[in-house]
Amino acid sequence: MAKQFLSGNEAFAYGIRLARPQVISAYPITPQTIVVEKLSEMVEDGSLKSEFIHVESEHSALSCAMGASAVGARAFTATSSQGLLYMAECLTYASGGRFPIVMMNANRSTALPWNIYGDQRDSLSQLDCGWIQAYAENAQEALDLALMSYYIAERKDVSTPFMVNLDGFVLTHTYEVVDVPTADQADAFLPKFETENKLDLENPRNLAFSAGPDHNTLFKYKEHIGLLNAKKAVAEAEDKFADIFGRRYTGLTESYRTEDADYILITLGSIAGLVKETVDKLRDEGRKVGLLRLRYIRPFPNEEIADAVKNAKAVAVLEKDISFGNEGTVYTNVNSALHKANLSVPASNYIGGLGGKNISADEIETIYDELTKEQTEVKFLGIGGEGK
Amino acid sequence: MSINAKTLNEDEFFYGHKACAGCGGSLAVRIALKVLGERAIAVLPAGCMSAVGFNFPQLCFGNNAIISTFAGTASMLTGVEAGLRAQGITDFQAVGFAGDGGTADIGIQALSGAIDRNDDILYICYDNEAYMNTGIQKSSLTPFGAKTTTTPAGKNIRGNLRPKKNMFEIVAAHGIPYAATASVGYLNDFMRKVEKASKIRGTKYIHIIAPCPTGWGIATDETVDIAKEVVDCGLWYLAEYENGEFTLNHRPKEFTDVAEYLKKQGRFKHLTEDDIETIKRSRDAKWDAILKTSKSIRRIQS
Repeated sequence: MAKQFLSGNEAFAYGIRLARPQVISAYPITPQTIVVEKLSEMVEDGSLKSEFIHVESEHSALSCAMGASAVGARAFTATSSQGLLYMAECLTYASGGRFPIVMMNANRSTALPWNIYGDQRDSLSQLDCGWIQAYAENAQEALDLALMSYYIAERKDVSTPFMVNLDGFVLTHTYEVVDVPTADQADAFLPKFETENKLDLENPRNLAFSAGPDHNTLFKYKEHIGLLNAKKAVAEAEDKFADIFGRRYTGLTESYRTEDADYILITLGSIAGLVKETVDKLRDEGRKVGLLRLRYIRPFPNEEIADAVKNAKAVAVLEKDISFGNEGTVYTNVNSALHKANLSVPASNYIGGLGGKNISADEIETIYDELTKEQTEVKFLGIGGEGK
Repeated sequence: MSINAKTLNEDEFFYGHKACAGCGGSLAVRIALKVLGERAIAVLPAGCMSAVGFNFPQLCFGNNAIISTFAGTASMLTGVEAGLRAQGITDFQAVGFAGDGGTADIGIQALSGAIDRNDDILYICYDNEAYMNTGIQKSSLTPFGAKTTTTPAGKNIRGNLRPKKNMFEIVAAHGIPYAATASVGYLNDFMRKVEKASKIRGTKYIHIIAPCPTGWGIATDETVDIAKEVVDCGLWYLAEYENGEFTLNHRPKEFTDVAEYLKKQGRFKHLTEDDIETIKRSRDAKWDAILKTSKSIRRIQS
């Protein structure tokens, strides 16, 4: 392993190189572009052997990746925001076809108004499209997820595409010291992609067919089971990862000082770093607070959430997303988990960081303060302007 | 020796499907796959051919085949070709079969991208001149005057008011290694072109007129005759584009009657004498241009 000073995008590209995708379909969009630029340099300098395809749209990026996956090749693409929405048709297509493509999404706001900065409305609007969705906290986790995502997605009982989300700019463009594994270590971790779900010249197949009312539910049920199977695949991948690389991840969620916490903030992505600092500060002041970071939103960590907050007095969900006319989507999902576990812990919802708006340590501290009071409304952080 | 009706592969790769009687599109797919053989990997978008041939558990392709998204025929072909090549496999032909809507409308972006990259794929557009799978709606390849369910022929508007887009020339303008037009009325010519295309590296495009009895308003046993007649009356032409030059494959000594061709079809029944004159004038102008731009003119075989 070697320590390097890398941005989130670069770290992810290093992780992808270690995963040796055979086909990369590339289309630029801020703030993802650096990933495909970096990969093109790796192909140019010979350090990555991969077919690098300059597609003409995000729709074609994923369509091309599906074609490659359908003949048994490991495929990678990356996108963000408008690009993710433009390829949305292909998202359900890839999951329905059970093509274990890995895609990095640089989380960015969606128009209108136009905005290139980070929030999570792009990927969270696509929760139902049948992809595994993970959210990295930092550049190291981004690199490690690039490797683990293939391990999980390609497992036969999963066979589901995997979207790794990095907060736009805050994570994609921020430089950190990252441990870059060696190719030998990566090869020891990640087996070659083998699948029977492919077009085979020796044994011709018809793939991606129609299935009418009599058969459709069965296929969709199997897709659901495949995504649920990702849970144990995540655990298995992380065990093997820890053995080889010495870094241990904690499954679908990460609990930070939640064991005896009365007030727990639940969030996802890079903001967790600042929340951890705030938790430490408040703990020093004697307050029993904690953080639950959702590393995966699909499969959804129902049991993990219930287990982490079962003794808490109140929880808050902080997310960079709003499902207009209702509440944050993560909040909806968390409430479902609490309800299913018969937990009546009060839960409130904070919408922050939209369009790249900074979420400050003071605001996080205020959330912990407000958790002691009863709340009913969804709260927006940093409205500013006339709305204030 | 080139493939023709006498030497054509006896094996069938597209059978047991539920295409309408007299379907020109299914004939084009069947013949092309017989020419290309068992190493062909077919990509078909949502459309007639996937609707009639790809219903689980009745899957009708004897070779490898996959449905793409409607817009994604060419981009999926790109992935198939790159994915196999990346695994060291090269003895196959990635071939796309898309209709006129899937090619000239929703799929033109992906097709243009694939030609730009010069991906080693063969793209065959079976052109039945409207969105037939959804019930005969106008596409950009619907000819002037044709009645469709979205260009009704009424008192105020007499069918489609726009001329047919020339995909062959649009594709050629990319500098593609090989492009050709064809008709299911001249199958030997089509077979020759498919075979030729399969031996050329880079992107190949064949645009074949494939009448749809349901949408055109003809009898189911008239498909091949009408596909011949559209060439003979000069409203379609058989040509190739190669090495930057156009070759006209067939120049009728004199055109058969355009009015007769049009009046046989339900979709043109409403046309006036003036409309037919307009169509003739546009045909003549097109042929003037074709004769000027074609490097050579060859007689068609049979």
